[in-house]
This record gives sequence, structure tokens and C-alpha cells, in this order.
Amino acid sequence: MSVAHTGGACAVCYRAVARDRIPSMNVVVCVKQIPDPADPGSLDPQTKTLKRDGKLILDESDSYGVEMALQLVDTAGGGEVTLVSMAPNNEVSGLRTALAMGAAKAVLVSDDALAGTDALGTAKVLAKAIERAGDADLILAATESSDGYTGTVPEQIAELLNLPSVTFAKEIAIDGSTAKIQRQTEAGYDDVESPLPALVSVTAGVVEPRYPSFKGIMAAKSKPVDEVTLGDLGIDAGSVGWAGGGQEIVEVTAAEEREAGTIVEDDGEGFNKIVDYLAELKVI
Amino acid sequence: MSDYRAPVKDALFALRHFGSIEQLAQTERYAHADPETVASVLEEQGRFMQEVFGPTSVIGDQEGVTWTPDGVTVPEPFKAAYAKFVAAGWQGLNAETDFGGAGFPESVHSCALEFSTAANAALTMAPGLTTGAIELLQEWGSEEQKEVYLPKLVTGEWTGTMNLTEPQAGSDVGLSTTKAVPEGDGSYRITGTKIYISFGDHDMADNIIHLVLARLPDAPAGTKGISLFLVPKFLVNDDGSVGERNDVHCVSTEHKMGIHASPTCVMSYGDEGGAVGYLVGEEHRGMRAMFTMMNSARIAVGVQGAAIGDAAYQKALAYAQERRQGREIGGDAGGGSDGPAPIVAHPDVRRMLLFMRSHVEAMRALIIYNAAAIDLSRALDGDEAETWRETAELLTPVTKAWCTDVGMEVTSAAVQVFGGMGYIEEAGVSQHFRDMRIAPIYEGTNGIQAMDLVGRKLGMRMGGVVNDHLDRMRATVDELAGAGEELASIRSNLADAVEVLAGATDWIMANGLEDPRQALAGATPYLAMFGTVTGGWLMARQALGARADLDAGVDDADHLRAKVTTARFYAEQALPRAAGLVASVQAGASVLYEVGPDALASA
Repeated sequence: MSVAHTGGACAVCYRAVARDRIPSMNVVVCVKQIPDPADPGSLDPQTKTLKRDGKLILDESDSYGVEMALQLVDTAGGGEVTLVSMAPNNEVSGLRTALAMGAAKAVLVSDDALAGTDALGTAKVLAKAIERAGDADLILAATESSDGYTGTVPEQIAELLNLPSVTFAKEIAIDGSTAKIQRQTEAGYDDVESPLPALVSVTAGVVEPRYPSFKGIMAAKSKPVDEVTLGDLGIDAGSVGWAGGGQEIVEVTAAEEREAGTIVEDDGEGFNKIVDYLAELKVI
Repeated sequence: MSDYRAPVKDALFALRHFGSIEQLAQTERYAHADPETVASVLEEQGRFMQEVFGPTSVIGDQEGVTWTPDGVTVPEPFKAAYAKFVAAGWQGLNAETDFGGAGFPESVHSCALEFSTAANAALTMAPGLTTGAIELLQEWGSEEQKEVYLPKLVTGEWTGTMNLTEPQAGSDVGLSTTKAVPEGDGSYRITGTKIYISFGDHDMADNIIHLVLARLPDAPAGTKGISLFLVPKFLVNDDGSVGERNDVHCVSTEHKMGIHASPTCVMSYGDEGGAVGYLVGEEHRGMRAMFTMMNSARIAVGVQGAAIGDAAYQKALAYAQERRQGREIGGDAGGGSDGPAPIVAHPDVRRMLLFMRSHVEAMRALIIYNAAAIDLSRALDGDEAETWRETAELLTPVTKAWCTDVGMEVTSAAVQVFGGMGYIEEAGVSQHFRDMRIAPIYEGTNGIQAMDLVGRKLGMRMGGVVNDHLDRMRATVDELAGAGEELASIRSNLADAVEVLAGATDWIMANGLEDPRQALAGATPYLAMFGTVTGGWLMARQALGARADLDAGVDDADHLRAKVTTARFYAEQALPRAAGLVASVQAGASVLYEVGPDALASA
């Protein structure tokens, strides 16, 4: 894979301000707890949303951000990782996994009025939760969740917090008060710099998330989870949930059944047809 | 990721209903293992096993191990997976806390071991043997030995082995001839050959600690003259670092039917003058030391039945839902609009799947009940502790033999569900059948287990221990009387089966006293009956437990209702088999000896 663009300026660099090297890093990671994708999920026919009243687990796509945050704190030699999450029924199972990996604490927003909250509403809630979590040098999120897939929440949070936003990070290095980010593109990656604090979304699969150690699991039991409601965050219940939704799910239809594959008869030239097919898919 | 999914929910259900997990958490010894903590531990351990151990299983089966004069190498992915296992600290789950262990109950460990074995039976042999070495040293090691060896064994940085078998000394370990000669400096020189040594050599760890049975020069003959020695692959320096290579080498590895990537080694001690060894415990008391770890080691082999059985069941279920053949009998013509029906629609395939699932659940229940009996015997005092110790003693041979025999039946049924594909290696299900086949053999053959049950265990407290067990089962029959129509078949079939077992037990006791050969002739069918009925008892308790959970509004009603169904299936189809075994239990020995070995050879 070639490198499409290296070094130089990018849209957010003009905000860079020279500061002393940060001796420690406080990283906030937005994580979502979702129904286990391995279990057959179902939609609520009334609301046309995914049923999420059972046990939830840490969204795998968030485990990369958690891992990256832990590595950054480790490299900095100090600081801590704080999780923020929004989930029904004060669900903490997924948070415990991330705490067992090494995060220090969590802010969990749980409120019945949050049912039906859309992407922007989620961003409003998480932005307030991030503020509650304390001073952050960097905020990480996944590029999108594995159940909702809107892929817009991180950028909305950045806007609400008036922070630079960098998407699709595959590598982040901290240099003083600047984050140097390799931003994945279709053809390779861009080298991007951003002043801190910033909100960066992390591409799935770019680091190998650690497995919680036995000691980590035991330690996670006593790590603080700050469970808050909308009222605690000063958010008007009418601005989120079904009431505040700026979008509506009009209809849900079943995915089309997978079609049968194409069979290529090999007359000695079959490889050409495969090459054509791959070219058509733009994979070669 | 491999397809295996650790049945964490089922394990937690079993720990609550058969594993006394709440009672254990009330004791000082296991106060840290409260149900919530156990749940988070097993969830993460299960995920680790399905994501890290699982994907390496097929590679291990295909590649096997490589022997060279310099040592044995395992497949590359095994090394990476094992390194992660060490980093995560799973080896220490049930080790005592003094040297870095987490001190969790054996019942919880048996669940973790199930997930590990199901994900990768061959690789799990390494930590399994290390667990045995840790137990032996905890119980019998000197303070110095504990300090030098336990910390690294508990982390898994070093692994352990058990060296009992010799070419002429298999089930009859008293025939062993490996020699130990005192060197005068407190150490010994070991010479001899040991066979069937699992993970006797490998390249996953910095050191390997062999526990070896050998004879001192003045040793009496038989098992009374066997002592236990610790022989490290590398001698350990005073500062704890790994030092000089010891005179113990793997001279070959076996080509086996299954668990290909678990190196089964022929170990040669003392080719260059004698391997340095250290006495563990007292002289001539090696067998006694072995017995301390035998219960948990035998339960661990029983776990293989549930674990490998479940792995095979999960594959068979997935295949049955996917594979389309034939019309659904009594269903829509053509199985709906899409042509042939998935084979899961066919009654006989359903029967096989329910057979597998219900028996996996029964095995898991027995294992956890048996392991919890060990935990309770350690955590409680006085008579209560003694009662649980007796229960564990009684059930251990049943757990080992019944679970591994049933594990064979379950993996065989899984191959059957696959039809012709089941016999093709690429389908992946036959590996489980092959991997399973060793379990009825090692750690005391199932025939030996049956002799142990009939010859040693039934006589405990003049039959009082087995009678207590029968009474506990009768108490459940009484409890079922008020449980309504849905559980009526469970009640009546359990009631019948318990009395069948009671009758056969009386017969064995009466006839065994007169002529042990009469009782031993029927020992294996008797153990099968004992396991079938005890499994049925625990499945009845499963139905009661699931109903109680449903009434209490516990989440996941579908899962709980399925547990009532599998309990009914077991009661209606498996329990009646107990009565069919009466004739073979009580047939006596005469027919076995009617013809001589020569006549058996005539064609």
C-alpha cells in the first residue's frame, strides 16, 4: 500500500500552539456497550430499534481506542484513562471489561429518558459526560459503533466541545502539546497534526487490544464508576430521547437474501474472468 | 476466531445450582469468590479461550509437534497463545495465594478448564499438568522447594509434568524401576526411562519442572517403595535464574490418534550420569503424594468429556441448522418455499442434538458438584467437611469415567450429525472425536475407575457414604412431588432409577464381600449406571433450579425453559437405561472365565 500523503499541514493544524511537553496524559475514551453480536439480536417492533434490555458487552470497535489510550498513557509515563458511556439500566458489564484492561474510572450516563436518543442527542450527552470526567488531553472514540453504525457521533462531540476532530486514526503519537496522527485513507494514510486537546476517532483493527489479566479483572471490581442521570449533567430530558430526536425510523425491512454466487467455467482462460471481476470490485 | 463459544451462562447456572457458589462465598477461604466476581472472571476467561486458544486448535492438529535431539517444538501459534495465557495470569486461578495464586474454588477452576479444553484440548494439557505439579508442591514440597519453584509455576512461566508410567509399569505403577541414588549433598541422581509424558519437553516456557516417581536403593518392592522427586529441566541458580541443563531429555515423541500438538514424550533420565533430583515429601511415600492430586486430576480428565463434547455439539448444531436435506416430515411440503429443510427439522437429528446437549449439561453438573464437594471439604470444618470429603471421594471415579465415556458418545453423535462429511477431516468435527479418545484411558483407565468405585468407595463407612448419596437423590424425588405436571416424568423416572441403583449397590456389596471377582466383573456397567442416575438426579435439580429462576423473574427465560426441556429429555430417555444395566451388573464373573484365552482365539 503506498503512502498517499505525508507530512505538511492539514485543516486543523492552524490551531497548534506550542506548549510544554505534557508529562502525563489524561485520555478519555467514549465506549459503547452493545448486545453481544454473537447472540441473535432483535428489533422492537414498536420503536424499530434494537432491543438492548439484556446483558451488554464492550463494543469490539471501542476496544482499539481503549488499547491506544492505555498505550499513550504508558508512553507518557503518567496520567490515566477515563471511560465515558451511555447505556440503559446502569449496565456496566462492558465498562468492566475496559476497566479490567486498565482504564482507571468511568462515567456512565443512564436515564430512562434516553431511550430512542439519536446520534446528535448521544453526542450532547457524551460531551457533557466528557466535561464531567475532568481535564482531558485527548478524547478517543471508535469511528462507528457495531450496532448503530451512524458513524457521526465523534465529530458531533468535537463540534459541541469546540475541539479539533481527526478521523480514522491508525496511529497516534504525542509530541508536546501536539498529536501526530496517521489518518487512514483509501489509498494509504495522511500524516496529520493536531493541537491538544483533540477528539480523534480510531479505526478498528489498528492495534491489538490486550486481554484483561486476572489481576486486572479483580482490580476492576473496585474502580469507580460515576453513574449519572440527565439531571446530574444539566441536560433537559426533552432535548434527547424520543422527544428530542431529530430523526425518525420510518420503516425497517429485512435484508435481501444473499444471492447465489457466479460460477466461472474454466476454459483455460478462467483467470481473466476472475481478474476482470476483481477489477470491477476495484480491489485490484 | 474459532466457532467455539464458551457457555458462560450455563456454567454460572451450574455453579449456582450444583456448585454451592453462594455458600462458598460465605466461607473465609473463598470470601473473595463472590458470585459476581466469579461471573466476571469466567466471562473474560471464556472470551480469552474462544479468541486466543480456540483458533490455534486446528493448526495444532494438522502440524503436530517436531522432535529434534535439541528438544521438542510446538506449532508457532501455540507459543503466542501460551505467552498470552501467562501474561493474563490464568494459570494461578485455583493455586493457593501464598505464592501468587488467586485461591479460587476448584468448581470455578473446573469451568475455566472446560472452556480452555473445549477451545484447544492439546494446548490445555500444558497448564493442566502444571496445575498438578503446583498441587503436589503446595501439599508436599519443602518450604525451600515452594519458594524456588511455585512462583514461576503459578504464573505459568515454567510448566510442570507428571512422570509415572514406564514401559513395563502402566496401570501397575508399582512395577516401576527408575532409580534415585542419594548424592550426599541432599540431592539425588535419577536414572531411568519414563513414557507418555505430556509436555515432557517443549519450547513455550523457560523451564520445565518434572515430578518423577523413582525408587531409592533400599526401597521395598511395589508401590510402598516409590518416592517422589522433583527434576528441573534446567537447574535453578541461587538467585532464582535458570542455570545449567539437567541430564533429562526427551528422546522421542509419540504419533497419536488425537491431541496431536500435545507432545507425548519418552523421557530419558541420567544418560550422562544421572539427572539431579530433589526428594519431595518423605522417602517411600511417593504414592501417597500422588493420591493428593489424584482427585482433582481425575476430575480434570472428566472435564474433557464435557468440554470436548460441548465443542463437538456446538459444531453439530451449527451444521444441522445449515445443511438442507429432505422434506420436513409433517411440516410444509418441501420444508417451506426454499426446498429441502435444514436437517435440524428431522426428528432423529433433533434426538441426537438433545442427547448431546442434555448429556453435556449432566456432565458439567456432575463435575461442578464433585469439585464443589472438594471446595466445601476445605472451606468448612468438622462433620460437614468430612461429609463433603467423602462425597468427593465417592464421586471422583464416576466423574472421571462416566464423563469420558459419555464424552465419547457425544463426540461420536456429533460426527453422525455431519453424515458423510463427519468422516472427512476438513469438516473439523472428527478432531474432537479423536482428541476425546485418550480421556477414557489416561489418569487411570475407566476400568480402573470402576474397580476404585466398587472396590474402595462403596465400602467407605460400611456403605454409609453411598447410602447418604442415595438418600440425597431420594430427597430430590420428594421435592419433585410438589413440582407439578411438567416435571412429573422427571419425578417418576428418577424415583425408579434411584431404586434400581440402590438395588444394584446392595447386590455389589453383598456379592463383593463374598467374592470380589463377582463384583468387579460388573464394575464397569455399575459405574455407568451410577453415572447415569447421578447425572439424572442433577438434571432433575437443574429443572427445579430453572423453574425457581423463572418464578423469580431471572432474565433469559428462553435459556431457562430450554434447561427444563433438556432435563425432561434426560429423564425420559437416559434414566430408563439404568434399569437395562442391571443384568450386566449382576451377571457375575463365571461367564467371563468360562472359556480360556486360547478358546477366545479360536476362529
